[in-house]
Order: sequence, then C-alpha cells, then structure tokens
Amino acid sequence: MPLPDVIVVGAGIVGAACADACARRGLRVEVLDAHGIGGGATAAGMGHIVVMDDSEAQFALTRYSQQLWQALVRDLPRSVEYTASGTIWVADDDPTTAAEMDEVRRKHAYYAARGVATEILDPRGLAAAEPNLRAPLSGGLLVPGDAVVYPPCAARFLLERNAIKVTLAPPVTNLSSLRAGHVVNAAGAGAGALTPGLPIRPRKGHLVITDRYPGWLHHQLVELGYLKSAHSHDGDSVAFNAQPRATGQILIGSSRQFDAEHTTVDHALLARMLRRAALYMPALPSLSALRVWTGFRAATPDSLPLIGPWSENVLLATGHEGLGITTSLATGELIADHITATPSAIPPEPYLPHRFSNGHALQH
Amino acid sequence: MAMRFNINGTPLEVPDGHSLAAEALAHGIPTRRSVSGESRGPLCGMGVCFECRATVDGVAHQLACQTFAGIPAAPGASIATDLLIIGAGPAGLAAAAAASANGVSVTMADDNPTPGGQIWRGNNPPIANGVQFLPLTRVVDAPQPGELIATRTGAIVRLHYKRLLLATGARERFLPFPGWTLPHVLGAGGLQALVKAGLPIAKKRIVIAGTGPLLVAVAAYMRDHGASIVALCDQASASAQAKFLTQLPFSKWGQGISLARSLRGVRPRAGTWPVAAGLGSVAFNDGRTVSCDYLAVGYHLVPNTELAQLLGCATQNGFVVVNDRQQTTVADVYCAGEPTAIGGIDLAQAEGEIAGLAIAGAAAPRALLDRRDQFRRFAERLARVTELRPELRRLPQPETIICRCEDVTQSQLAGASGTRSEAAQGLPPMNNWRAAKLHTRCGMGPCQGRTCAPALEFLYGFAPPPPRPPIFPAPIATLEESLP
Ligand SMILES: Cc1cc2nc3c(=O)[nH]c(=O)nc-3n(C[C@H](O)[C@H](O)[C@H](O)COP(=O)(O)OP(=O)(O)OC[C@H]3O[C@@H](n4cnc5c(N)ncnc54)[C@H](O)[C@@H]3O)c2cc1C
Ligand SMILES: Cc1cc2nc3c(=O)[nH]c(=O)nc-3n(C[C@H](O)[C@H](O)[C@H](O)COP(=O)(O)OP(=O)(O)OC[C@H]3O[C@@H](n4cnc5c(N)ncnc54)[C@H](O)[C@@H]3O)c2cc1C
Repeated sequence: MPLPDVIVVGAGIVGAACADACARRGLRVEVLDAHGIGGGATAAGMGHIVVMDDSEAQFALTRYSQQLWQALVRDLPRSVEYTASGTIWVADDDPTTAAEMDEVRRKHAYYAARGVATEILDPRGLAAAEPNLRAPLSGGLLVPGDAVVYPPCAARFLLERNAIKVTLAPPVTNLSSLRAGHVVNAAGAGAGALTPGLPIRPRKGHLVITDRYPGWLHHQLVELGYLKSAHSHDGDSVAFNAQPRATGQILIGSSRQFDAEHTTVDHALLARMLRRAALYMPALPSLSALRVWTGFRAATPDSLPLIGPWSENVLLATGHEGLGITTSLATGELIADHITATPSAIPPEPYLPHRFSNGHALQH
Repeated sequence: MAMRFNINGTPLEVPDGHSLAAEALAHGIPTRRSVSGESRGPLCGMGVCFECRATVDGVAHQLACQTFAGIPAAPGASIATDLLIIGAGPAGLAAAAAASANGVSVTMADDNPTPGGQIWRGNNPPIANGVQFLPLTRVVDAPQPGELIATRTGAIVRLHYKRLLLATGARERFLPFPGWTLPHVLGAGGLQALVKAGLPIAKKRIVIAGTGPLLVAVAAYMRDHGASIVALCDQASASAQAKFLTQLPFSKWGQGISLARSLRGVRPRAGTWPVAAGLGSVAFNDGRTVSCDYLAVGYHLVPNTELAQLLGCATQNGFVVVNDRQQTTVADVYCAGEPTAIGGIDLAQAEGEIAGLAIAGAAAPRALLDRRDQFRRFAERLARVTELRPELRRLPQPETIICRCEDVTQSQLAGASGTRSEAAQGLPPMNNWRAAKLHTRCGMGPCQGRTCAPALEFLYGFAPPPPRPPIFPAPIATLEESLP
C-alpha cells in the first residue's frame, strides 16, 4: 500500500473539512480519531454559521466559509439540519449602553461595504421578528445570510461523501510516528498536546437545550455585547445567545471560562448565563430544559485560528475558538491550498501559525 | 368532584384523584403526536417515559400521568432537614420510620401525589409520625453538596440536607418490537399504574407479557378489577421458572398462593413473547395471534440510579454500590431499595430500615441484616430467571422505532448492528451510545434515554450514558435560580 498523501488527526468538523477538501483535490486522505466522528467540541458547539466583523481577517475567513456552506446546501442531507435562520444582533435598552444602536449602524455599514446585506430593525421591527424578546428593546441588526447546522452530522457528511477512511484508534501521541506525505493536526483543544508550544488555551462553555417549542424563536439571537464576552481574556463571562433548532428546540448559550479542567456543569456560571438570557427573553425560564452540557473551545491570543504549515510535514488546523463550525470549510480549503501549493481565495497570512513564533510571544 | 382540564385543545373532565393520562387513555385521546406523526399515549405510567406529555391548559410538555385532579398546586419552598429521603416506596418509608423513631428529623420527597412507591401506589400507606412528606416533588438537580433542587407542580423546591437517602426505586425495561408504539400497548406496571390512577379496566381483554414476577402481580391485580386476562406470557423457559419457584424464600409463599388464587383459570405461558402488535391484536413467537384491548408488556426492571450517579456515587453493573450500612461511596449519602438490587419489597424494606438505623447511629439487629442478605440472594436468582433470551434482539425490524422520543428506527441505527450503507463503508461503526446519539438523535429527547438506553444496552451492548443535569426535564428557572 502506498503511503497516504495526507493523514488528518481529528475527526471533528475541522478535520473532516480538511480531509474533504484534500480528497476533492485528488489526494489520498486518511483520518484518525481517538473518540469518534464529531464527538469533541463539534458535538458541544451551537452550529451557528455566522459572519463576524471583529477583525478584517476574521471577517474574511467567516465570510468565505459562509459562502462555502451556502454552496454546499443542496448537497447536505437532512440530518445536517441546515436552516437559513439568519442572525439578529440584539441591541439592549440599557441607558448606559445607549450607544448600542450606533454600533448597529456601524455594523450595518461595515457589512454593506463588504457586500453582506443586512437590515437594521427598529424596536417594532425587532418585536415583530421575535415576539418573545422583551419589549421594547432598542432594535437590532438582521443578517439574513447566517444559518444554523447540526455539526456532528455535518462532519460525518464531509467524511462520508468521499468515502474517506476514518480509523478509531488510541490517541495519537507523536505526530512524527505517522507515515504520510503531510500530517494535519486538527485535534481541536487537544492540538497542543500533539504540537507542543502552541498558544492554545481550552475555553469552557455551557449550553442548555429545551424541549420542542416550534415557532417560539425564528432567528439566532445574539446580544451585541457578545464580542466583549468572546474577547475577554480573563475571568468568566456570559452573553445572551439563543438558537432555534430545526427540531423546534431552543439552544441557549453562552459562557466562557478559562482554566476549567472538568466537563462538569458549573452551576453558578450556568445560573448567571441563564439569568442573562432571561433578561432578553422573559418567558424563557418557563420553558422545559432537557439537558445541560459543556464543551471546550480552542482559544488563541488574537482570536484567529492557526491554519497552515508548522514543521516539516506537519500542518495545523486548530484554534478556532467559538467559530470552528463556521470556519471549518474555509480552513479545509486553505489547508488543501497549502498542500497543493495553490493560491487561496483569501489571503492566508493572518492565520499562519508562525505569526506567533516570529515577533509575537509564542506562549501567551 | 371533578376538574376540567384542556388537553391539546380538547376539554376533559377528570374525577378527583384520577390522572389526566388515565382519563385521556380511557377516552381514546392521544397525549401527543410523535415527531414522525404517530399518535401516542402513556407507556410507563410513572413519569419517566414522557410519552404522555401534552399541552395542558395551554402549557406545553406537561406529564399527563403526573397531572391529577383535585390536587392543588403547591408553592415553591426552601426546606432544611437532617435526613432527606428521596422516594417514598417501601425502602423510603421503612427508613423514615427507623430514623425518626431514633430521633432524627426526616423530610421525604416523592414525585407521586401519595406515598407508597410502585407497589403501594394509590394505597396511601401511613408515614411515621413527625416525618414531613413532600408529594409531587421531583428531584432534578444537585447544584452543590448538601443541596438538591426539585420541581413541584411547576414551582421550585430547594432541599438542604445533612444526610441523604436515595430510595428512588426502579422502572420497567421496555424492548422495541413492531407495534410497540401503538397507544394500546403499555408497560405491565405502566398499565397497572394507570388503572390505579382511574383507567377503567372491567371487561377489558388484556394480554400481559414480558418477563419477571411483576407480570403475575399485574395480572392478578387486573383480574381483581374485572379485566379478562387473555394471555399471560413470560419469555423465560418453563424450566428456568420452575427452578426459580422451588427456590423462593419461605416468606414469599404467602404472596405466591394469593396470586395463584387470583389467577385461577389463567394459564401462564413460558418461553412465549409478543413479536408484533397491531391495532387490537398481538402476535406471539409461537405463531399464535390473539385480540385484546390492551397489551401490557415489560421486561423486568431497571434501577433508577440517575440521581446517585449525578451525586458521584459509584455504580457497578448498573447498581449503586453500598456498604453493609447502605452507605454509598459519597460521604453522607445512603441508598436503599431497588437502586442497589432488584429484590422486591422485602429487600427494599430491609435495606431501608438498615439505612434509617445507620443514619440514626443505632445498631441494626442481626436478624434484620440476615434478612437483607437472604433477599440479596433472592435478587440474584431473580436476575437469572429474568435474563433476556438472545432471540429478543431480533424483535425490532428495520422500520421499528427504537427511540420513541425522537422516532429513531432500527435501520437508522444500522451501524450499530453491523450493517452499513455503501457510503459509510470507510467510517467506523456506530458502536457506542455516544456515537449513536450524536448521529441519529437516539436518546436526545425528554426521557433522556430512560426508555431506549436499557434497550440499546441489550440489543447492541452499548453502555448507558452517564446522566447530565437536570436528571428530568425541568423549567429553565430551576437551573437559573439554582444558586443565589
Ligand atoms: C459551547 C460552544 C458553542 C459553540 N458554538 C459555535 C457556533 O455557534 N458556531 C461555530 O462556528 N462554532 C461554535 N463553537 C466552536 C466549535 O464548536 C469549534 O470551534 C469546532 O467544533 C472545532 O472543531 P475541531 O474539529 O477543531 O475540534 P473538535 O471537534 O474538538 O475535534 C477534535 C477531534 O480530535 C480528536 N483528538 C484530539 N486529540 C487527539 C489525539 N491525540 N489523537 C487522536 N484524536 C484526537 C478528538 O477526539 C476530536 O474528535 C462552539 C464551541 C463551544 C464549546
Ligand atoms: C412500575 C412498577 C410496578 C410494580 N408493581 C409491583 C406490584 O404490583 N407488586 C410487587 O410485588 N412489586 C411491584 N413492583 C416492584 C416493587 O416496586 C419493588 O418490589 C419494591 O416495592 C421497591 O421499593 P422501593 O422503595 O425500592 O422503590 P419504589 O417503590 O419504586 O419507590 C421509589 C419512589 O421514588 C420515586 N422517585 C424516583 N426518583 C425520584 C426523584 N428524582 N424525585 C422524587 N421521587 C423520585 C418514585 O416515583 C417512587 O415513588 C413494581 C415495580 C415497578 C417499577
């Protein structure tokens, strides 16, 4: 048997997307995972496909990837539950953050300048779009192109459609023991254990899922202040984030917590997160919660993932923090571009792992 | 007196003391439409299968089997006690009596409207003097040591304890077969629970099947209430049953004789089980078909260990590990009754009493300890005679629903049984609970796998999942307010 061209370590959404992109370029690909397909952060995440504007590089990656998702829609099986629900960034009516509607207008202009159609909602428009939001809120920004998927089945689909060989094996401990032309470390929050020195910190999050309430929520709702939570690099933070599942269930987030080692539910943080959500949706506390779970995001100091060559034949595809479902497909393309020495659709430089070894401190 | 409820838009008069589920079933009103559009009714009758959840008076997802007429809603509360007992069945009641007689202040919570657990459901047995009883109070979460969170008729109850006794009993094990989701197919204990909650059964033709002594008890109960038992079948072979009977502890003989009297004229069939149910009929493995109004089928019992596991108590082979004094591996948490072993009422009572005495710091008499050990041996024999035969693994057909909450069929779980589609050839088999759940939604519904996980364990050998909070679906408010 000839050596595979590429071995991908990790069958999460990122590893699956890398394997899929490589296979579509005609490379022979194999995937290794210690725990099963889409069983890591991919199983824990919300599956919100969202264009972000917090940096030009983040915008470029999320936008590119969102377009790749949109191009994939007709091939996706029903199990992936792709739903074009759109996002509403919700502005609250707190007088101390009266600037939130200014932020809505800034966001609107930012997206418009880059070809993303969005719509500013006034208080009435917001209430009409989501009657279960507390009224009156100041308004919001609707991003209709955003969507929701069910990530584990998306990972499975990407692996299945090219009949990629996936092997469940004990955890890989040494990448150099793998014999292939290229090795992609897509081990998510576990990537640091395989490639020492990566500036990755696991960042724990909690989610709550409800029973089915069809029609209760229509769009993914995120509070405008979400980025404050996403970007804080110390302390625990919560932000209101609610998602309508294709099943009619409501998925509620989000919390962010560094230095938490265990998957156990932190009841104090959970309560804080839910109180935050109830502030926006007063009827939420009466809905029936089925289950709470936690997951770990792989966070980097500059909130951008690590995508590209690292050493010898090893490439990295990790560090996607809270956006790995969104950015998985673009990550796959960039990795395949590096391996096949093909120019990329977007500039790959901002995501190159070596940005942390030259100049920047490698350890954060 | 009666109360008027509105169930899924239909008004229904429910006599006091009856449950909405029993009344709906009696009137042929489905409690819910499943995700693939089937009409469903109650299965377990005891609040764990979630098939009976309905929109009641405008509130979605209410358990009709736990909605009773004539019971006023109780407010939220915060309660502190020395000994908190969860479960007011024979084990919990015996523990409460022993502990309170020795000066311990006791609070006992149960998710039913009256004490009694499964066997004394509806009998309202006496509770020892001074014991505070919290009815319709269901523990859903354990936010921190010394505190449990419960729901009670929609309100939140915080329970603070110094010592905790888990006497949470067991539920029935269900195995999927074609037709088992039809509304006239229920658990054996499930049908009994509904009759106790008001379902009229006189003159109804009933088939009772599955495995274990519960079937005989249920048959006798139904007969005493005027039903006609058209078949009573146990999958266990005649020789296995005979061996079990000759080894019955002496104290069980009385029970056996009175059951036999109730069942005069009913010929129990050994080595027989239902292979398919149609509207009003059942087909058996021996080729016979009989018609019936209800098919009551349960394959023995599964211990309720979710709360113990949530608290971190060690389990072994599915049962909570306890020492000689019924202490679990977690300090100040005790366990008695079916979560430690399925051994019937005698074992539950003995364990409960031993736990109550241990918690009070009193010595347990030798005779009591001996009695417990005798019934532990009985539990082992019971486990042997109720062991499921391998043929039962072939009951589900490709279109048979395995997970009733999410309507996941056997063919969707095909990876689990070894046959896979062409496209999935390169993929590893879906050979564990987590993979099956993530990729098919099996076990993702409100019963949290209580119905399908024991079935998947038998069918495919998947170890059941550890519980996640909340251990029963509960209003988000219970999680939001769980800490100050
Ligand atoms: C609470 C929460 C909410 C989120 N919400 C969203 C959202 O709405 N939208 C969005 O885009 N993103 C979201 N995310 C982020 C997203 O889930 C992750 O970025 C993404 O799943 C990362 O995928 P991955 O494939 O890199 O990692 P993983 O899914 O963790 O996959 C890594 C795989 O590698 C395997 N592995 C690890 N180490 C080894 C080893 N040594 N040997 C073999 N195998 C190994 C693991 O078993 C695992 O299967 C969220 C994350 C969390 C925690
Ligand atoms: C459905 C069913 C029917 C049965 N019928 C018979 C019969 O007719 N004859 C017979 O001899 N044996 C019967 N048994 C067996 C009988 O239950 C046992 O032999 C024995 O009585 C068990 O006693 P226990 O105290 O351990 O548990 P149980 O009697 O089961 O009591 C446990 C109690 O705890 C409650 N509980 C569980 N979890 C929680 C929670 N989280 N919060 C609050 N409350 C909770 C339950 O609702 C229940 O009331 C039946 C068992 C089942 C499952």
